[in-house]
Amino acid sequence: MKKKLILLFLMSLLPLKAFALIEVDITRGNLNPLPLAVSPLSIDDKSKKSFEKILKKENIGSEISTIVENNLRTSGLFNPLSKEAFLQAPDIANLKPRFEDWNLIKAQALITGKVTYVDEKLRVEFRLWDVLAAKEMMALAFTTVPSNWRRVGHIISDKVYERLTGEKGYFDTRIIYIAEEGPKTQRKKRLAIMDQDGANNKFLTLGNELVLTPRFNPTSQMVTYLSYFKNLPRVYLLDIETGTQEVVGDFPGMTFAPRFSPDGKKIIMSFARDGKSDIYTMDLENRLVEKITNHPSIDTSPSYSPNGRFIAFNSDRSGYQQIYIMKSDGSNVKRISFGNGIYGTPVWSPRGDLIAFTKLHKGKFYIGVMRTDGKGERLLTENYYQEAPSWSPNGRVLIFYRETKTNAKGEGFSAKLWSIDLTGYNERLVETQTDASDPSWSSLLSN
Amino acid sequence: MILSKIYKNTLLILAACLVLTACATKKEVADMQGQMQSDVYTGTDTVEYLADGVPDRVFFATNETVLTTASRETLRAQAAWLRKNSSINVVLEGHADERGTREYNLALGERRANSAKDYLMTYGISSDRISVLSYGKERPVDAGSNPLAWSKNRRSVTVKAN
Repeated sequence: MKKKLILLFLMSLLPLKAFALIEVDITRGNLNPLPLAVSPLSIDDKSKKSFEKILKKENIGSEISTIVENNLRTSGLFNPLSKEAFLQAPDIANLKPRFEDWNLIKAQALITGKVTYVDEKLRVEFRLWDVLAAKEMMALAFTTVPSNWRRVGHIISDKVYERLTGEKGYFDTRIIYIAEEGPKTQRKKRLAIMDQDGANNKFLTLGNELVLTPRFNPTSQMVTYLSYFKNLPRVYLLDIETGTQEVVGDFPGMTFAPRFSPDGKKIIMSFARDGKSDIYTMDLENRLVEKITNHPSIDTSPSYSPNGRFIAFNSDRSGYQQIYIMKSDGSNVKRISFGNGIYGTPVWSPRGDLIAFTKLHKGKFYIGVMRTDGKGERLLTENYYQEAPSWSPNGRVLIFYRETKTNAKGEGFSAKLWSIDLTGYNERLVETQTDASDPSWSSLLSN
Repeated sequence: MILSKIYKNTLLILAACLVLTACATKKEVADMQGQMQSDVYTGTDTVEYLADGVPDRVFFATNETVLTTASRETLRAQAAWLRKNSSINVVLEGHADERGTREYNLALGERRANSAKDYLMTYGISSDRISVLSYGKERPVDAGSNPLAWSKNRRSVTVKAN
């Protein structure tokens, strides 16, 4: 399925003339997001009618530009201006913008484009303009099946983000998570997947058994998670395209806390037996199992470094939960968290330089980051309960879940997904159809 | 005849109401006192019985898996009952409170259930008759976000498997 999608994205690069004059600095909290204008993509009447019939959308051009607008706004780095103020019509702007007009409404960058229906396909071209320099910065065209229209919006967003910040975007991605419903004492949990912006939500299990902690394979459409199928908590593998499911951690005890290795070839997980939890790996090809830690303590929540050479995990071998790193063969175990409180759920940044974690100190939960030697701890957000950060593929944003405190009668419980920038700014609720927890961010679907 | 029946029913309902009110008041008092010693739950109002006089659950301190004196007494009663009912197998379900990360709590629940299992074994119950299942913080009995609720949730429950 994915291969097919890639084949259909016949991407052609039109000539690029300009050099970057606008730059967005994403290393600091951006309190002055860049004002830009996303002109609705223009569309001719014939194409408009065709898409109306196929996609049941009145104007697919403005639908796609709305996706771009929302993505850029959500990033916190850009401030898409109100369309009310636009002076130039979309089709003319795409040919040659009247830069004075866009300058007047204080747009520093402008996105224009055109949608056409060609050979039963959706063809989208878009241009990014530097308004102050009066120059084209980028021009691209995509052809794909019409049903892929949302992804086109995400890919355009990624291209704009990359051109203006110098780093890859994270919009053409998905989130796998646990959808929750019902009273706190008897929560019904289902595996669910959605686009990064909440669209195309799909439930992958029925809720007959408890499921927890899904994680994406960074290289394919596979997911690993914990299921209580037949009351035996075990690690499972699921192909989200075909729906095939299999148990991989069928050891005589509980297997839990699964993740993939960066090359997607191994699963790393915990195996609990007789009150001890150790970390194991399983090679998915030959099913060889390797014991990585060997200690009477609880060793869990493992996370590989992006180069696969190290593993971060949490252990209570010192008496309380703390973060440790070791070589991927289990040697050279070293504690790295030494601050006040307990530390858990280490997650190695895709850039390799930071570890995100959950911290509990004096009755408050924090999401924070530290360098891989444990120094430079920065706490990004504090709350009654929150945990399990997962990185966006470009390592700039963290998604996690937060639970509310109930009142004296035990009422008012909720669990929601939130995202926050690495800078500690731009904290946002991620809208989901139901309550949600345990989010995991996919890699970019296209590159 | 009919009248007297109605009269009788009313009396019964009245009596039932009285009992209910009495229960409610008693429970409130218990909640207010917060039956805890340091932070281990010592109450009996949530306990179900495996058999007459044999409570089904034991409670733990925060982040602890050590059995308290009361817990050991409960488990000795369970062991005695299991020795008498040798055809019954049990599942020990280990639980944690909501104040910990999900995965660590799964491991903690497993360790708590195993600590109960080890104790039952020292009182002569074969490990073949005991399986262990951890729910971490997934199945609290009390939905509250307060120390008393958490203390009720940090537990290992002995459940008949057959």
